[in-house]
Amino acid sequence: MELIKKTNIDFLGLRKVAFAISLVLSSLGIICLVMIAMGRANMGIDFTGGASANLVFAKPVQLEKARAALDAAGFRDAEIQSFTDKTKLFVRVKKLNIPVEQVIGRIQAAFTKAFPDNPSRVDSSSAIGPTIGKSLQTTALWAIILSFAGIIIYIWFRFEWKFGIAATVATLHDVLTVLGVFFVLHKEITLLVVTALLTLAGYSLTDTVVVFDRIRENLKMRQKEGLMDIINLSINEVLSRTVVTSLTVFLAVLSLFIFGGQVLHDFAFAMLCGVVVGTYSSVFVASPILYVWRGKKGSRLIKVSMLTKQPVKEGSAKSLAASPVGSVSQSSVKTVSSEAGQPVSEPNPSGQSVSAQTSRKGKSAKGKKSKKARAKA
Amino acid sequence: MNKSLMWRMLLVAAVVVTALIIFLPSLPDVRGSLPTWWPGNKINLGLDLQGGMHLIYQVESDKAVESFTGRLASSISNEAATKKIVLAGVKQTSPTTIEADVQNPADMDRLLSIASDLGVLDKVSQEGNKVVFALKNAEAARIKKNAVTQAVETIRNRIDQFGVAEPVIVQQGTDQILIQLPGVKDTQRALDLIGKTAQLEFKMLDETTQLTPPLPDSVPASDADSVLAQYKDKIPAGDEILFQRIVDHSTGAISKRPYLVKKDAIMTGDVLQEARMGISPRTKEAEVDFKLDPTGARIFDQATAANVGKRMAIILDNNVYSAPVIRERISGGSGSISGNFTEAEAKDLAIVLRAGALPAPLKPLQNLTVGPTLGSDSIQAGKKAIILGTLLVVIFMAVYYKLSGVIADFAVILNVVVLIGALALLNATLTLPGLAGILLTIGMGVDSNVLIFERIREELRTGKTVRAAIDGGYNKAFTTVLDSHVTTLITAAVLFQFGTGPIKGFAVSLSLGIMINLFTALVGTKVVFDLWTSRKKLEKLSI
Repeated sequence: MELIKKTNIDFLGLRKVAFAISLVLSSLGIICLVMIAMGRANMGIDFTGGASANLVFAKPVQLEKARAALDAAGFRDAEIQSFTDKTKLFVRVKKLNIPVEQVIGRIQAAFTKAFPDNPSRVDSSSAIGPTIGKSLQTTALWAIILSFAGIIIYIWFRFEWKFGIAATVATLHDVLTVLGVFFVLHKEITLLVVTALLTLAGYSLTDTVVVFDRIRENLKMRQKEGLMDIINLSINEVLSRTVVTSLTVFLAVLSLFIFGGQVLHDFAFAMLCGVVVGTYSSVFVASPILYVWRGKKGSRLIKVSMLTKQPVKEGSAKSLAASPVGSVSQSSVKTVSSEAGQPVSEPNPSGQSVSAQTSRKGKSAKGKKSKKARAKA
Repeated sequence: MNKSLMWRMLLVAAVVVTALIIFLPSLPDVRGSLPTWWPGNKINLGLDLQGGMHLIYQVESDKAVESFTGRLASSISNEAATKKIVLAGVKQTSPTTIEADVQNPADMDRLLSIASDLGVLDKVSQEGNKVVFALKNAEAARIKKNAVTQAVETIRNRIDQFGVAEPVIVQQGTDQILIQLPGVKDTQRALDLIGKTAQLEFKMLDETTQLTPPLPDSVPASDADSVLAQYKDKIPAGDEILFQRIVDHSTGAISKRPYLVKKDAIMTGDVLQEARMGISPRTKEAEVDFKLDPTGARIFDQATAANVGKRMAIILDNNVYSAPVIRERISGGSGSISGNFTEAEAKDLAIVLRAGALPAPLKPLQNLTVGPTLGSDSIQAGKKAIILGTLLVVIFMAVYYKLSGVIADFAVILNVVVLIGALALLNATLTLPGLAGILLTIGMGVDSNVLIFERIREELRTGKTVRAAIDGGYNKAFTTVLDSHVTTLITAAVLFQFGTGPIKGFAVSLSLGIMINLFTALVGTKVVFDLWTSRKKLEKLSI
């Protein structure tokens, strides 16, 4: 079975629309970040300090009365939710001004007072002092910084710098978009949601890597074609696997979202959004950036040393040299011609064609890079 | 069949068998029927799944410093008295400073030498008859550090006697204590047990000072502060007002009875040798019977002998529990504390007295309590999500990649079995987010095979033979598969380093799952393919 047959979509042609959409989506995320920094975002009690409790009543409880009871007890901005025939209540209080150890007791006392003939018990509760909230904020921040640093270092080690930047931007875009969705839906940003954001930062790269690997491969194989065609072709070629890999994760997370219970609900939601956005961004953000940033005439997307690793078919070098080509392939022409044994006619500013040759003998500073290229091949 | 395939088959078979052996004890239904010699542990469940308490306390170690300085002040005053130095006053002016006044300037040098003999005080200033000492910084730091380690020890003693299976009590940071009590049902009792400072003191009542107006017999609990304010300037130096909490059993109303007591304690709880719940022969109420060690017994003997007919207050954490009249000299070194206890209260009080006082009060910073209902609900929900999620993925793969999809499904199941086996083997803790991690592993793990299969399809399209296409697919997809896992592993590693308990569980199951996936998806499925194609030459691959 094939979900997606051979396609020939002009993805890069849609880049302006895609950029506009992405700009809006990630701006929402940036707004959310600003709100977080200003302390006005809907942060979970794990970050702000506060208390929450699951209470189980003997008989159904009216939500309004429960709210009034909490109001009377001084919990003005308490949030209440009810579950299963209204015998289960979930109460959340932010910004505690009473000691941590007393909150849950007071909440229960308020209900006992308001519903004297409807006894309740606290099934689970959490009370978190502001100190812990503060330290969790710092920890979360460090975790975010370090994961991103780790991911970026890996991408940059693995790809040439333009690929690296494009992949990094796409990853940031994914995280910001999901954050933006949470902001728009006024969903709470808890420790678990941050966990989901980091996980999807790691995961959303999968699709990008798949697309980039193919682009790089095609850049080597099809040197006479223009960059735009190569990128479009690459995306079309791997489209079905990009979609299928995301689909399997989506299915798994969907099950978590539907059946996984209250605690994991938001986590699963963030992952669901992330998987969708991650797929979108690898096609519509990462790859177009690569194209837009192809740079000035003569600069290269991939290292010349990598091009030289690829065996060039006899005869093709000549036709390559003759054909009018785009900036990328033009740069390759020089190397290709030098490969073919022709003297390098013009002085190369960066000396890359020289290094390309030495790297073949495996003794230059480029040795490392060519090892990677070998692994790739 | 070639040799390499043989070896790989053996390897996969060995992994499957080992994983199954370790995995089985984690299934509750199977566990019971396994023979006792069966290796492997049951998987550990986190607090969020089995229920329990996760507490963080801050040791207010400054208070330990403060009371230490207070004790220094009284030893200066005692020592001065024995050396016949007349002091106009010794008082603690801050948590770490003591101010002393000599009546006769000639005594100053002797006072200074008393202070320097204590070894832990620095002279800060000296003006006329007045001298100010401060606790050495190093000493203050040592006291703080000790306070935390001692608090951990004390809490451990208390919890051990309370009886909790596998509690975790560890110091966290400089002054925090993390306590995890899995499966605790009576959460309030556990909190009371941990949080009580349990500073037991015996102090004499000051019955000679006549206050005007006299102290009220009892006041409503809410008026206690105003009583303190009212008498603040009237009580003699060296005295203090402490309250007894009185509960009216018929109405439940709480009132407080003030007592004027001497600040200096006759003795404190550290001379206690034994404490246990008993029943008062007189009132038939629960009480705590205690026995003092020889030092305590001697002090008690002397104090009771000297104070027959006077009242002595038994004080716990600044609350007067009883203030009996000393009828006769008590030399046996035993006594009892009564105070309207229920049996459970008396039992717990005995525990905390036995375990000793906390060196400083504890301030609760975090209290997460998961009831057993929510825990088992979470397990059920998690199981359901994993089973249905796996089904969705497995069915999809079988439909989309036909027989090859079934091979990938075999890898997925193997992945989960090895993962759970590995979790049990590593004694890792499975948390609710950890369950989510397992499900994510399934969704992400199968991606490896998707990438390989798509590559194989591509190879087939170029007209390669089945064998060549399979080999080509595996070879060419390898780096991409590796890449797609590495970034996930990076974030999992960071989450492991920084995450709290449940999140750590997520990081563990996700990262282990992804690493195991490299084996199951790359080696495991390849073996099946090779086996499949080695028997006969396939013309067409079901993919």
